[in-house]
Amino acid sequence: MSIVNAVTCPVCGCLCDDIELTIENGEVVKVKNGCAMCESKFFSYKNEHRTKTPLMRKDGKLVPVSYEEAIRKSAEILANANYPILYGWSSTDCEAQRVGIELTEEVGGVYDNTAVVCHGPSILSIQEVGIPTCTLGQIRHRADLVIYWGCDPWSAHPRHLERYTTFTEGRFEGSEWKAYINKVKASAGKKKLLSLERKGVLKHKPEPMVQTVTVNKPPETLGKKGRKLIVIDVRKTMTGEMADYFIQVKPGKDYELMLAIRALVKDQDLDVDQVAGVPVEYLEELVDAMVSCEFGVIFFGMGLTQSAGKFRNVDVAISLIRDLNMRTKFAILPMRGHFNVTGANTVATWQSGYPYAVDFSLGYPRYNPGETSVVDILLRKESDAALVVASDPGSNFPRKAVEHLVKNPLIVIDPHMNATALLGDIVFPTAIVGIEKAGTAYRMDHVPLPLKKVVEPPEGILSDEEILRRILEEVRLIKTQKMQEAA
Amino acid sequence: MQQKLRVTLLTGRTIEQGVAKEAGKGTKEYFESTSMCYMDAGDMKKLGVKNNTNILVSTPNGSVVLRAVKYPRGAMPGLIYIPYGPWANSICSSETTSIGTPSFKGTPAEVEPAPDKPVLSMEELLRSEFGR
Repeated sequence: MSIVNAVTCPVCGCLCDDIELTIENGEVVKVKNGCAMCESKFFSYKNEHRTKTPLMRKDGKLVPVSYEEAIRKSAEILANANYPILYGWSSTDCEAQRVGIELTEEVGGVYDNTAVVCHGPSILSIQEVGIPTCTLGQIRHRADLVIYWGCDPWSAHPRHLERYTTFTEGRFEGSEWKAYINKVKASAGKKKLLSLERKGVLKHKPEPMVQTVTVNKPPETLGKKGRKLIVIDVRKTMTGEMADYFIQVKPGKDYELMLAIRALVKDQDLDVDQVAGVPVEYLEELVDAMVSCEFGVIFFGMGLTQSAGKFRNVDVAISLIRDLNMRTKFAILPMRGHFNVTGANTVATWQSGYPYAVDFSLGYPRYNPGETSVVDILLRKESDAALVVASDPGSNFPRKAVEHLVKNPLIVIDPHMNATALLGDIVFPTAIVGIEKAGTAYRMDHVPLPLKKVVEPPEGILSDEEILRRILEEVRLIKTQKMQEAA
Repeated sequence: MQQKLRVTLLTGRTIEQGVAKEAGKGTKEYFESTSMCYMDAGDMKKLGVKNNTNILVSTPNGSVVLRAVKYPRGAMPGLIYIPYGPWANSICSSETTSIGTPSFKGTPAEVEPAPDKPVLSMEELLRSEFGR
């Protein structure tokens, strides 16, 4: 039995690097410090749904073939395609992403990563207005006001609160964990009283069957010293329940609400009683809390980038931070989803100059999301082949886009069977990055961290990097042969 | 009791879906956590939909049968929430508003009770949509 500590978790953008694994007979038997998703991932490598050999579609069915055959066929498909798309990249390491870009350039295709369906709008805004940001370490030690806008870290980044924000013990700011536990105990007491009332032990006051949306007055604790947590969302999430103050904004009205807050930060008066369902007097108290904090931070998620307005929502959020920085210190960070989606953007930027949706079809990189982004290419039915690495567009793209994806040859590189693999023409099994292969990944605040190899991959299973490199070599061979034949 | 209800469709992450996707997308947990739809308790009452019974959700992009679950935290009248997955994406909007990102949140939809219609498995759903 051996214990490996300081393992980096390859699940979400938090990239927690304090995971402790117990290894027995070459297998992970215990995961310590991780969240539910982390534990699920570290046990997933022994899962029955893993692909064990490369598969190829013959007569409509996926049948096992050798790596050589699958690599040769994939290289032929990509080398002969006019406009292939090479998509995914967010759940693999920077080393594989680097080879991926080389391969895209070689075949004159489009390199796009999953940012295009999540934080792509954030990148567009950052390119337009810049971003006042910082690392998570600074937030951990110094932030006394944390706002989550349109995101639910309890579900998507379960240890974010505990490691980087409100519930962490920083050097200059303490943890609010105990206060939260007290709050939970108080609400449990309230539930007990209600239950006693229902049983008739206490005098019964009937509860309303159907709840309505109410925005409460900000609690006085918002003005206190110490860490405060505010959540703004269209529905009450678990993070919303934990918050000191929760604001339920009307769907699609984030932009409006943020503009109102900007006006209040600049000491302007609003001529209305409420904005996006929130009374202006409450907003004034909220702005007081924002302006009077020592160091505040806004984290934002898909609630801003995927709803109406998209990158304009992020524009106004970043502009709000700029205004707040005239009064106090504030920063803003996107809550990146996949563990290495930030790496996928970073690697693409240092290799091609652009973070995603990079089109190499003219022989040089071109970037124009809306035109060179993969969903638009699929909707316009322009691509004639696709390579999907470490991602599942079959599940996560709108149906109309997937329809065109499956009409053309589809190559999938993924450790597990998923919707895309089920729809694919060639499926490569691969070693799981961060468990069976070491590499590098970027945390959501652009800090690169090493991923460890803790167990051996199944016999004969190659890594993403190795498979891509071999496809690239084969593509070069085919192209040289073609040139010689033409000469 | 109403026959149909007009709502706004949101798609997003739940912790159950997150755990199941890491365990493997062929698992029973993944099916259960993504082929469902959170609804507001008041809206369910209006439609006469009971917790854990099936509903038909339709948008201009198609329709899909899902299991309706009462949203456990507070009210969200007029909203339905489906976790990311093939079921959500079979009906959500593909409109990228010329910037590349589809509108996964805010698609107008209609909900009607469908207690007798079955929820398709992932294989059945993919076959009905793409013939594979």
